[in-house]
Amino acid sequence: MSEPLALSSASGEPSATGSVRTLPSPASPTRRRAFTEALAAWTLAGPAVFFLLVLFFLPVIGIFVIALSDWQFGVRSFSFVGLANFREVFADPGFRTSLLNTVAYVLIVVPGTVVLGLLIALLIESGKSCRSFYRAIHFLPFMATLTAMAIAWEALLHPTIGLVNQTLAAIGLPTANWLRDENTALPVLAAIGIWQNLGYAMVLFLAGMKSIPQDLYDAADVDGADLWLDRMRTVTLPMLGPVSMFVVIVLAVRAFECFDTVKVLTRGGPGHASEVLLYTLYRESFEYLRTGYGAAVAVVFLAIVVTLTLVQAGVLDRKVHYQ
Amino acid sequence: MSANTRSNRLLQPSATVRHAILLATGALILVPFVWMVSLSIKPPGEIFGTSFSFWPAQFYGIENYTKALTEAPLPRYMGNGIIVCATILALQILFCAPCAYALAKLRFLGRDLLFGMVLIGLLLPHQVLSLPLFILGYQLGILNTYAALIFPYVVSPFGIFLFRQFFKTIPDDVVHAARLDGLSELAIVWRIMVPMALPAVIAFSIFSVVGHWNDLFWPLIVVRDQSLMPPPLGIMVFKNEEAGNDYGPLMAASTLVVLPLVIAFLAAQKWFVEGMTGGAVK
Repeated sequence: MSEPLALSSASGEPSATGSVRTLPSPASPTRRRAFTEALAAWTLAGPAVFFLLVLFFLPVIGIFVIALSDWQFGVRSFSFVGLANFREVFADPGFRTSLLNTVAYVLIVVPGTVVLGLLIALLIESGKSCRSFYRAIHFLPFMATLTAMAIAWEALLHPTIGLVNQTLAAIGLPTANWLRDENTALPVLAAIGIWQNLGYAMVLFLAGMKSIPQDLYDAADVDGADLWLDRMRTVTLPMLGPVSMFVVIVLAVRAFECFDTVKVLTRGGPGHASEVLLYTLYRESFEYLRTGYGAAVAVVFLAIVVTLTLVQAGVLDRKVHYQ
Repeated sequence: MSANTRSNRLLQPSATVRHAILLATGALILVPFVWMVSLSIKPPGEIFGTSFSFWPAQFYGIENYTKALTEAPLPRYMGNGIIVCATILALQILFCAPCAYALAKLRFLGRDLLFGMVLIGLLLPHQVLSLPLFILGYQLGILNTYAALIFPYVVSPFGIFLFRQFFKTIPDDVVHAARLDGLSELAIVWRIMVPMALPAVIAFSIFSVVGHWNDLFWPLIVVRDQSLMPPPLGIMVFKNEEAGNDYGPLMAASTLVVLPLVIAFLAAQKWFVEGMTGGAVK
């Protein structure tokens, strides 16, 4: 879920080889000692290594092999077909729609979540009272089972009995069949995405603000930045730069992984209006059993997510000296 | 001085404005939860009526919740969720802690390589691996069993990473002292390191349980029998096949699925925030 975050802390830290250690005591015969230690280490790490290989590395190789071959479920024959699957995928208007929808979804969810999450974090931090109460309320959707909450959203968005349309009608605004209209389906899913994730952005920003040293505010005071807005402009927001970068990437990865709401609420419809990458991957691989096509989509998806994460790691590495 | 405080007051959101905005956004955030609970205690007549009230004229909660618990095998779904999440977590800690200890406190050939493997594992989105893992499950003949729901997650790169970071902060002297006391390396992991790293263990447990309790993607792929479904998949099937437009029981079922994590979250907010953000920003 929030796994990619860990990379950031990894990059900021001295590498294992560079660190000073004192473990093997100098009195012992060092070579034998080193051998026992290595043996112990590999024994302890053995099960994890085995499962990492079988459950992570083998499947990654597998997905590339399937993507480059004509293999199908239940068929014994198997031959490499080069990039044929990728050509098929990119020639398919359905896939292009799915890719564009996903990008549009990400471009709504990420800025919306970052801006709202930052504003709420700033507001919470600007006073002392009720902090954990407000934090809890805004963080709640991030915890709640999205499949169940999607069902609640469907009731809210119901064309006749839903609260949304009833409210709009009551104040004289036009209503819509939100999830069945191809103009509104994707934006509505994106709104749900923002609703779910903004608390997550909020807590990351709150943590970022906590780590800003008080000295900087004192220095800003001395320099004449008395106004709250000035302090925001000269200290808080610049110091949140690296955190913001991190939040943007993590949210982008999460947005690219959008699946539950699409599966429960629209199944990619109406037409292909709300079809996103992971839904395409799921449907082609496991409903239509087009394994080559599905694997090619998975490789494209992998390339996007890995690129985003590497950008994050690279940028954060450079910004480590910022403070 | 007076000019300063005045503009300060003008530009910094005053306590009233702060509370007003945060209460408003908070209320908006809670609307889906409130609507869900409200529908779950209303009779069909009121759900399909045009009333606006949160509290029903006729309390129909008992009927709706009874229907949710009996028509959908909801207790079964919850039980499945508990079995799957608990097994995954137990195995993850069992396999990750010793590996993390080796990475943090032992010197051996290939340690950097192993750590590199963990970082690459962190990078991989799990959905990409689903097709090969599905084939693996098929070859092992375990599709449509609890084992299918559990096996891809028995080791967690994030768990190894998190434990390693925490173990590194424990002084080497502690390890030396334990060795002098005659403890084996494995005993050091379980009797010294893991208890000392309890905050990391709790944070990881929350991260793991929340993630797997809420997961829809993988169960959807590997499980067909209703009797094996975890809550998200179960409630989706309940919606599609049985409840349809019977909103009352459906909302009651949704409420019951969301409830355990929400209660746990409200009871231990600080831990949840830490667990879910993985100690990302220090």
